[in-house]
Amino acid sequence: MGEIYLDNSATTQVCREAAAKAMEVMTENYGNPSSLHTKGFQAERELTAAREAVAGMLGVLPEEIYFTSGGTESNNLALFGAAHALRRRGSHIVTTAIEHSSIMNTMKQLEKEGYSVTYLEPDKEGRIRPEQVFKAVTPSTILVSMMYVNNEVGTILPLEAVPQAIAAAKAPALFHADAVQAFGKIPVKPKKLKIDLLSISAHKIHGPKGVGALFLRKGVRIEPRAFGGGQEKDIRPGTEAMPLIAGFGAAVKALPDTAEQYAAMEKLSAYCRKRLSEVDDVTLNSPQDACPYIVNFSAGNVRAETMLHFLSNKGIYVSSGSACSKGKESRILTAMGLPKSRIASALRISFSRYNTEQDIDGLVDAVKEGLATLTTKPI
Amino acid sequence: MDEVILIKLGEMVLKGLNRNTFEAALLRNIRRRLNRLGEFDIKAAQSTVYVTPSKGADLDAAVERIAKVFGIVAFSRACVVKKEMPAILEAAGEYLKSDLLAAKSFKVESKRSDKHFPLKSPEISSEVGGYLLKKYPHLCVDVHQPDLIVRVEIRDFGAYVHGQPLKGAGGIPVGTGGNAAILISGGIDSPVAAWMMAKRGLELTAVHFASPPYTSERAEQKVIDLLTRVSEYAGRMNLFIVPFAKVQEEIMAKCPEELFTIIMRRFMMRVSEEIARQEACSALITGESLGQVASQTIQAIACTDEAAKMPVFRPLIGMDKLEIIEIARKIQTFDISIQPFEDCCTVFTPKHPRTRPEIGDILTAEQALDCEKLIYDCVRNVRKLQIAPHRNGGIYER
Repeated sequence: MGEIYLDNSATTQVCREAAAKAMEVMTENYGNPSSLHTKGFQAERELTAAREAVAGMLGVLPEEIYFTSGGTESNNLALFGAAHALRRRGSHIVTTAIEHSSIMNTMKQLEKEGYSVTYLEPDKEGRIRPEQVFKAVTPSTILVSMMYVNNEVGTILPLEAVPQAIAAAKAPALFHADAVQAFGKIPVKPKKLKIDLLSISAHKIHGPKGVGALFLRKGVRIEPRAFGGGQEKDIRPGTEAMPLIAGFGAAVKALPDTAEQYAAMEKLSAYCRKRLSEVDDVTLNSPQDACPYIVNFSAGNVRAETMLHFLSNKGIYVSSGSACSKGKESRILTAMGLPKSRIASALRISFSRYNTEQDIDGLVDAVKEGLATLTTKPI
Repeated sequence: MDEVILIKLGEMVLKGLNRNTFEAALLRNIRRRLNRLGEFDIKAAQSTVYVTPSKGADLDAAVERIAKVFGIVAFSRACVVKKEMPAILEAAGEYLKSDLLAAKSFKVESKRSDKHFPLKSPEISSEVGGYLLKKYPHLCVDVHQPDLIVRVEIRDFGAYVHGQPLKGAGGIPVGTGGNAAILISGGIDSPVAAWMMAKRGLELTAVHFASPPYTSERAEQKVIDLLTRVSEYAGRMNLFIVPFAKVQEEIMAKCPEELFTIIMRRFMMRVSEEIARQEACSALITGESLGQVASQTIQAIACTDEAAKMPVFRPLIGMDKLEIIEIARKIQTFDISIQPFEDCCTVFTPKHPRTRPEIGDILTAEQALDCEKLIYDCVRNVRKLQIAPHRNGGIYER
């Protein structure tokens, strides 16, 4: 039996185009983009091409894209960079209680440095309401950071409220969006949403691991975290990870049309929800209007980890909560106020363009089997 | 809700019998610029261009591109509904929702160019205003300095609701003024000069002088990047890269050092003029600004001019550096221009250039050179590249 990979929000299979490009850049076009000679210039062109591909996808200028080592670094750079740059303007930061750990733990660190952080709590379906944002932003708020799509349940957050709230409060705040789960999946347009900083990652869209980017709106100054030889305009120095960056660019270019792909995912997601809800004991945790790429559900009284290993033995790969916090009880589902038993049995499946309805059928059959055969003890 | 872009025709409306030519050029330019953003229906009527997207077309990107088309003074993103009051009211309340929420005061301005519509303009305004006041109780009406003006237009094709109009690029449509060749370096000034003349309706051809091995591939790439930004306004253009090191070496070897720059510039004019002629251009454009450097004194410009027979346009001649930089920032060429690569003008710069050269001395000095052969070699070995806005993938095939 072949494998069924339904954990695409953890990571994706690298697409052929990205792998080929990375190979080419490692073995043939291996120059350092900072070298003055032609080999260096050719490498620089690869760098420019990747930058333009990412910028094009976001509808921003190439010079507004800074390559990093991934989502976590982009988030750290954005939060520390913005908070430190605006230290003299205030010390209040607004975020949500359902952010990724790389935001959450950076916020904890900023709190230790003396910043005060307001965490917006989600409702039962994982939603943040615009009114909460308006209430939280004050004239001394220097930064608002909000994820675009929640990585565990797939809710889409009300980003459009943030610039309005900042303007209404006349706050000097910068607006950061963590778009790691949104980029390449829904149309992410920082200009339209008046976003100042935006984090994205390659390996969620069939690019290589170890590379991501930070969009930094022209005119916005942040403090770098590292110092070095001037690469990425000194915002993120260090010799560019060319194979990864070029692979990132190739993966972006290989993305199918966002709208068409989204429609296909809506169909797949609807099918998945329908099949899952046919199973007794399965409760959906993702709200109806969530991003279709992610479906979170709880299966009976079977501990998520037990079910996950059961499925894994059948070659079906899903996740319990977010892959970055393996084993731990989901912070996000807890924040949503779900009962303990539902949290303990929560599984997340997440799709990519390579998934089919057959994959869903395989999953549903296996979940049914698991529910019938696995010993359950009350959680 | 269906959205369209309404473009109000600017200066060109005044052009009398030429108006049709201008309008046709504008429509053509808009069509070209929106190419590849999806299907758009683009038509002109009632001194307005209507840009209507079909399903899937990227209207956000279209707005950004239209803001860079010359010949447009202002344009609006509008919501189009049936010419019935209930539909108009609903559109006013919904389409401008976030603006209305953010504003404290507003007023409604109505225009009725379709006189069959039963309500007169002031009646439309008062009805829409009343509806909005009820729907958004935090608002008050301020007819003098409102935060937001809600605009309602009853036109032949439908009723349009829009808020703040967007600023267009101004100028007249590219292509209506003929062709000219811009001498482009990698500096701040020449891209601005190119932009300014394109704004006056000229279609551009670009000429760049490269001096490998004294200058690098990166200097060339910089010019390509600069022109790509300019082409977002000026449209597609050809770039001719002239190998110039031989000419510079010859001048260096055979002419007085203090006259180097001026003689070099005369060669640039001659070579550019030859290329311009072959490309059916009727003028040259340079980024000179009076007194900025030694070769831009009145005497030096007179000597440079003597080498060219075509008219030479110098749109920056009376501008300060800071004014030029302001435009460079606006058209987003500044950050590219300040990248530190040697260009052909800086490599051989003499220590003490003559600021008041005399044409007699120059002509005497040039007798040491085989001018015709040098120019011929430059023109023969020129490389031609295509520059287009919004290139895909970023890498140019040579």
